[in-house]
Amino acid sequence: MTTTTLPKAPLQIYPRRKTTNPVLAAVIRHALIICALVIMLYPVIWMVSASFRPENEIFNGLGLFSPNFTLDNYVNGWTSGSLNFSRYFLNSFLVTVLSIAGNLLACSVTAYAFARLSFPGKKFLFALLLGTMLLPSQVTLVPQYILFNKLEWINTYLPLVVPHWFGVDAFFIFLMVQFIRSLPRELDESARLDGCGHFRIFSRIIMPLAMPAIGTTAMFTFINTWNDFLGPLLYLNRTDLWTVPLGLNSFLDATGESSYGALFAMSVLSLAPIVGFFIVSQRLLLEGVATTGLK
Amino acid sequence: MSDAPVARPLTNAVRPEVLADKSDGGARPAHGARGTRNMKSKTREAIAAYVFLIPWLLGLAGFTLGPMIYSLYLSFTSYDLLSDPRWVGFRNYVQMFTADPRYLKSVSVTLIYVVVSVPLLLIVSMLLALLLNKSMKFLTGYRALFYVPSLLGASVAIAALWRLVFGADGILNKALAVFGIQHGSWVGNPDDALTTIITLTLWAFGSTMIIFLAGLKQIPKELSEAAAMDGAGTLRRFFSVTLPLMTPLIFFNALMGTIHAFQSFTGAYVVSGGTGGPADSTLFYTLYLYQRGFAQLDMGYASAMAWLLLAVLAAFSAFFFWTARFWVHYGDES
Repeated sequence: MTTTTLPKAPLQIYPRRKTTNPVLAAVIRHALIICALVIMLYPVIWMVSASFRPENEIFNGLGLFSPNFTLDNYVNGWTSGSLNFSRYFLNSFLVTVLSIAGNLLACSVTAYAFARLSFPGKKFLFALLLGTMLLPSQVTLVPQYILFNKLEWINTYLPLVVPHWFGVDAFFIFLMVQFIRSLPRELDESARLDGCGHFRIFSRIIMPLAMPAIGTTAMFTFINTWNDFLGPLLYLNRTDLWTVPLGLNSFLDATGESSYGALFAMSVLSLAPIVGFFIVSQRLLLEGVATTGLK
Repeated sequence: MSDAPVARPLTNAVRPEVLADKSDGGARPAHGARGTRNMKSKTREAIAAYVFLIPWLLGLAGFTLGPMIYSLYLSFTSYDLLSDPRWVGFRNYVQMFTADPRYLKSVSVTLIYVVVSVPLLLIVSMLLALLLNKSMKFLTGYRALFYVPSLLGASVAIAALWRLVFGADGILNKALAVFGIQHGSWVGNPDDALTTIITLTLWAFGSTMIIFLAGLKQIPKELSEAAAMDGAGTLRRFFSVTLPLMTPLIFFNALMGTIHAFQSFTGAYVVSGGTGGPADSTLFYTLYLYQRGFAQLDMGYASAMAWLLLAVLAAFSAFFFWTARFWVHYGDES
């Protein structure tokens, strides 16, 4: 086939390629992307706009703009009778901060050992680490509940926080191992020559250099903990201990059509910290996703 | 030992205390220096390593392996948290398949969900990654915006929004009405409720797309150009050049996506109000496990469900890894 076409146009380098107008191609590409984005993000944008509209206008139509801008939904949601969102936000914040701190500490020391030190049983333990990454969380759900129940940790934040201090998130350990492995070993060696022990090499050399991996871990721990629903659902029965997701869920169950505005307002507030952190750290975060496959 | 990088013996040997103990002469001993003079620093390093590993090892034993083994035991018992576990042998496992239609329903719901959502997720992510794989204006902005749903998708707020968007008066039906299509509530209809949750999963395709996009950027342009020179069209280039080079990432995303999908909970719980309804059409495996274990305090049964899931996922992963040799191409081969 090519032999029949080639003699006809012997000077052409790309014999079969149709030349498309690059400007047109770019316009089509951008249009497709923007279309996809609008369809995707429309529900969220609609929710944000609905949260600023009077209750009776919310389900009127698809539109985003209303002349009757109001903050009533936010006021009503924040101070609604049985629910106490200021409390829930504080609780969520507390759980999240404690989880991030524990996760960073536990994962980084573990990762340092796997990435930089040699010890008997390393291969086996690393295989275990990878295995727990694939382990479905349901398997430990019931026995962990029984354990925490025996320890009388129900209705405390301990079941949500303590596991993070013991590095149960294998994925983050793996992420840090990969990152530390990519750091040049010469740095450790010269520090060793200067008389640094393992702990100082870890804290003075590896940790400062591993900030990108630590930042990524912190962000993802933040998102996961902030969004976590099943954990609080299992362990927090007392309403004054609730985190934001439990508050929202109960809001959804308790409300009829009459207070969706307040629900939306609280939903927007619950998502705002995530979006805020994302805007601040999106470059770092997206690099983290791209290089490690974290979700 | 065999996994220790080549540089390791050297790094050990240049530690000051080693130099002080054994007069080795120069500051940098010969490569591959090993033997008894390294023993002490090796031991120290191993001790240091295990000190670093203490938290993780405790967590592994106390929060992962220990509980796993305990739940294997529980799966052969009847246990309601109030009285002691009572050994019942294989009764829980037998009951699942012979006397529990809701269990079988949850298996089929979850399987349909996994089989539909994971491939769709991969296809959508790949298509958009291809669309974005050009140097163009606003690329960083687009990338970030596509990623936003992945951040939010697992939240109760979005699941609650979904319940309203797909409700009888939701904006989806309002949008369809513009095109003259009438449709009842999606979340309230047993035939459509699962679709609602699948769209919620697909909505968060951004993270998968970004992994694909990073992979596409790694593919050397020369390969595609060479194929074009040989007369390959766009489709041919995609299937013969791009796709084979992307198989490691496709493998990774398919594996993680599947394991992830088997564990979904929040979406189904919030959209169905915790019931898995209507008519059990969104009764995901984890949701049913939650209901049995924590609403009905049937902890033995829930443990049996969890172990069966583990067995199935382990078998699936092993099988999937085995198939990799036939379709996953790593760069260093050939």
